[in-house]
Amino acid sequence: MEILHVKNLGLTLGGKKILKNITVDFEKGKVHAIVGPNGAGKSTIAFTLMGLEGYTDVQGDILFEGESIVNLSVDERACKGITLAWQEPARYEGLTVEKFIKAAAKEKSVDTVREALSKVGLDPDEYVKRAVDKTLSGGERKKIEVASILVMEPKLVLLDEPDSGIDIESIEKIFDIITFLKENGTTVILITHSLSVLKQAEHAFLMCNGEIVDMGTSKEICRYFEEKCIPCDHKNIPELQVRR
Amino acid sequence: MNNQEIIKKLYKNTETDVNVLQDPEIAHLVVDHNTVLGSQLVPGLHVDVKELEDGIDAHITVDEGTTIGKRVHLCFGMLAETGVQRILMNITIEKNAKISVLAHCVFPNAVDLKHIMDAEITVKEGAEYTYFERHIHGPKGGIEVYPKAVVHLGEKSRFKTEFELVRGRVGLIDIDYETTCERESILEMTARINGTGDDVIKVKETGHLIGEGARGALITKIALRDVTKAEIYNKLTASAAYARGHVDCKEIVQDQAVAVAIPIVEVNHPKAHITHEAAIGSVDSKQLQTLMSRGLTEDEAVELIIEGLLE
Repeated sequence: MEILHVKNLGLTLGGKKILKNITVDFEKGKVHAIVGPNGAGKSTIAFTLMGLEGYTDVQGDILFEGESIVNLSVDERACKGITLAWQEPARYEGLTVEKFIKAAAKEKSVDTVREALSKVGLDPDEYVKRAVDKTLSGGERKKIEVASILVMEPKLVLLDEPDSGIDIESIEKIFDIITFLKENGTTVILITHSLSVLKQAEHAFLMCNGEIVDMGTSKEICRYFEEKCIPCDHKNIPELQVRR
Repeated sequence: MNNQEIIKKLYKNTETDVNVLQDPEIAHLVVDHNTVLGSQLVPGLHVDVKELEDGIDAHITVDEGTTIGKRVHLCFGMLAETGVQRILMNITIEKNAKISVLAHCVFPNAVDLKHIMDAEITVKEGAEYTYFERHIHGPKGGIEVYPKAVVHLGEKSRFKTEFELVRGRVGLIDIDYETTCERESILEMTARINGTGDDVIKVKETGHLIGEGARGALITKIALRDVTKAEIYNKLTASAAYARGHVDCKEIVQDQAVAVAIPIVEVNHPKAHITHEAAIGSVDSKQLQTLMSRGLTEDEAVELIIEGLLE
């Protein structure tokens, strides 16, 4: 059963068509990946689905659980159960980890915060009172952002380049969280150009030059991406041959 | 109302339990307008207070080598709606002494009030003085606050001060602190202010790093909303080898508020080094949208970001 239906979605930014007539379905409770080279429009589609500022003037429609959300604000979409983790999470001067995570939580208690931190592999005693600022490493901020998503108990999570800027150990922890989300019925959409992230997905879409050019199991897309996209020197001009 | 009742009313507006004043190991001085309501000393701490027509004149000294174990509580306030309170302070922290002070300045009912603080502070060689001044104002903004201090830091001494005005309306505040830092002394000066309505905020913090290896940081964090105006002049000079300093000003500006920040750094020695950083503007878009993507409304997200900045 689909949780998200994207219908003829188009977006033009600065006079350039970034997303071109995209139609895709995301099945409920599955881990999906949108894969493609840099500049293909992967993050743009994530920002558009979340309805971020500057990404709302779209053509087509986005249906979440059967209802159009194109006219909803970011927080209204979040209240419906959609959320997004940035490739590089924001930093907040002075704002404590506890307050940051609690703000997102359905159950606004310290115990909830501590449990989420433990899940992402951070010692609650060490982190709850720290600020979400530049004193944290990129990996720590990424984990804290993921913790804030866990407490929200969302229905659909968009993870933009979840392995970007973090060490191997942290990547493994993020992969565990993806599994945890799936086991709890959350639909996950991974935005990536990394094969190791792509392999975490069950289903994948191949994106190039603002278009979805292929879809299939992550194994199928992985093979094509590895053989055709990674060595491709004609950036963002997909070969129109079929992958199989 | 007797003195104890007034003290309770003043402390009711703070986050501090008034019962701390019952602790015999906690020194305190509580003043309403020009009347000393209560005071307590501990060994090594001397407080000489003279009541003036419109305030007090206090001389505070910590004996050489004395560490005041528990934080000293000062409370200067006025429950009245109108009037002038002048606080004259002369503070001397003798050699190798240590003291930490929490000062509450409480004006919950201000309609037409003026609070003037004029302080001379000397922190002698090897001494440490930490001063946290927390203002609690009422909702009307009918108050003018003029904190002024001239500070001298002796060799290897340390002075850390934080000024906080985040509860109630600011009204008009005009801070003017000037500190001179001798060899290897450390100065940390922070101001956190939350302006709303037609509040006016002026901050002038100056540090002179005149001794070799002296260090100083001037930090200002201000949130401005509605039609608030803020002018921040932070100046740090360094005229000795290995003097190090940083000036940092962050202001979040919302609505029709106006902020001006002028960090001045002046280096007069080739082996001294000072940096400055100023960030003024609206709430960062990524911060805002991250919180909104967790379900917070835009207003809730802005509140949380400002709360963090002023934490």
